[in-house]
Amino acid sequence: MSAPAATIGAVGRTSRITLPALAATSLVLVTTAIVFVFFVAPTDANQGFSQRIFYFHVSIAITAYACFAGAAWQAFRLLWKRDPLADLKSYVCVHQGVIFGTLVLITGSIWAKISWGRWWLWSSDQLVLFLVLFLFYCAYFMLRFSLDPGPQRANLSAVYALFGVVLIPVSFAAIRLAKDIIHPVVFTLHGPNFGGWILVTYCISQVALLVLAYTLYRVELAGKQLDGRIRELREVLA
Amino acid sequence: MRYFRDVGALARKDLLLELRARDTLPAMVLFVAAVFVVFHFALPESPSRLETVGLLWVAILFTALLGLGRAFVPEREQRTLDGLVLAPCDRSAIWLAKSLATLAFLAAAEVVALPLYAIFFHRVGGATIAAVVLADIGICAVGTFLGAMAVATRARDLLLPLLFLPLAIPIVVGAVGASVVDSPGRYLGFLALYDALFAVVCWASFEYVVAE
Repeated sequence: MSAPAATIGAVGRTSRITLPALAATSLVLVTTAIVFVFFVAPTDANQGFSQRIFYFHVSIAITAYACFAGAAWQAFRLLWKRDPLADLKSYVCVHQGVIFGTLVLITGSIWAKISWGRWWLWSSDQLVLFLVLFLFYCAYFMLRFSLDPGPQRANLSAVYALFGVVLIPVSFAAIRLAKDIIHPVVFTLHGPNFGGWILVTYCISQVALLVLAYTLYRVELAGKQLDGRIRELREVLA
Repeated sequence: MRYFRDVGALARKDLLLELRARDTLPAMVLFVAAVFVVFHFALPESPSRLETVGLLWVAILFTALLGLGRAFVPEREQRTLDGLVLAPCDRSAIWLAKSLATLAFLAAAEVVALPLYAIFFHRVGGATIAAVVLADIGICAVGTFLGAMAVATRARDLLLPLLFLPLAIPIVVGAVGASVVDSPGRYLGFLALYDALFAVVCWASFEYVVAE
């Protein structure tokens, strides 16, 4: 094995945007989003203050989808182009996706408790879908950690991550179908018109969470790459 | 044509093995019968059709899981998977043959299970049988694929249910829906769509599961 020539500084510099700049941007955006959500957006006439959690809940859900899509995209790149870094990228994407997915479940539960007085509602499509996805992607970790690092682990993880993007629409259709047999009553939210400050606030919090997720992704990726580099150096020195 | 000859030969091998050793099918049949008895005691007195249909699908799913867990055990114990991978045939033929063999076992177990269900609980309608056929295809296609994954890991048998159940939720929705509603066309169509979609994904990506 040749000695790894790269220095620590080179790790994580895979993109033109540096990590500190990214971190600062996400800090500014998240702060702006919080200010907008709590002070600028009008209070909902029907649901009151608690409706504000939706700005985060929906944004987090979309961010989680973006993470899962990113994981599948990197998995595809691994299988197609044999990009050696794609395995790690795909794993980090799934990890971030599961973190954001857990947040969706938590914010959704809080919303359900305030609105309907129960912590869990099977009639909320998105929540049930996220529960299925949560179970699916937790199994991804079980699969990954029960394999030794190497090409086989990369392949199996990638194939499973690709199954995820097929499962998302299929499960969503299934959950919609299941409603007809299990839940005759469908909750629909007739909120106010989705425009003006509400739309602006939503867009800001959406962008803020996407940038935050990307920052966390880059931090974790850099950390994982550093771990790998240190392990290589140890092997060389041993 | 050669491809299907390979698939046929591989599937015949699995069926022959089972015919001689008989370790999967009797276990599946016994299991599903035992589950029905457990259900009888777990359910309230004279349960409705809706309740028992749900449990029928739980029983079928877990029985399938039992068979799927055994699917790649001979390959692991005899270390024949490397030989199969090195054989001059398309790798997806291994998956297809294994799925067909598992499908045969599951269908055989259900030939016993469905009449038993009819005797113990409620009549089995035509829509339920159609749903069983379509669901079996999906269960075996996806389950065999995941079984090949699970057998490569350290956790092995422990992992298969964890990998499989989240993917099987749409099958349960389609199958239960088809069994309980009056016009099951939509649910059967959904099951067929699931089968087609996941069969293509499994067929295309099995190569990466067995090859390093």
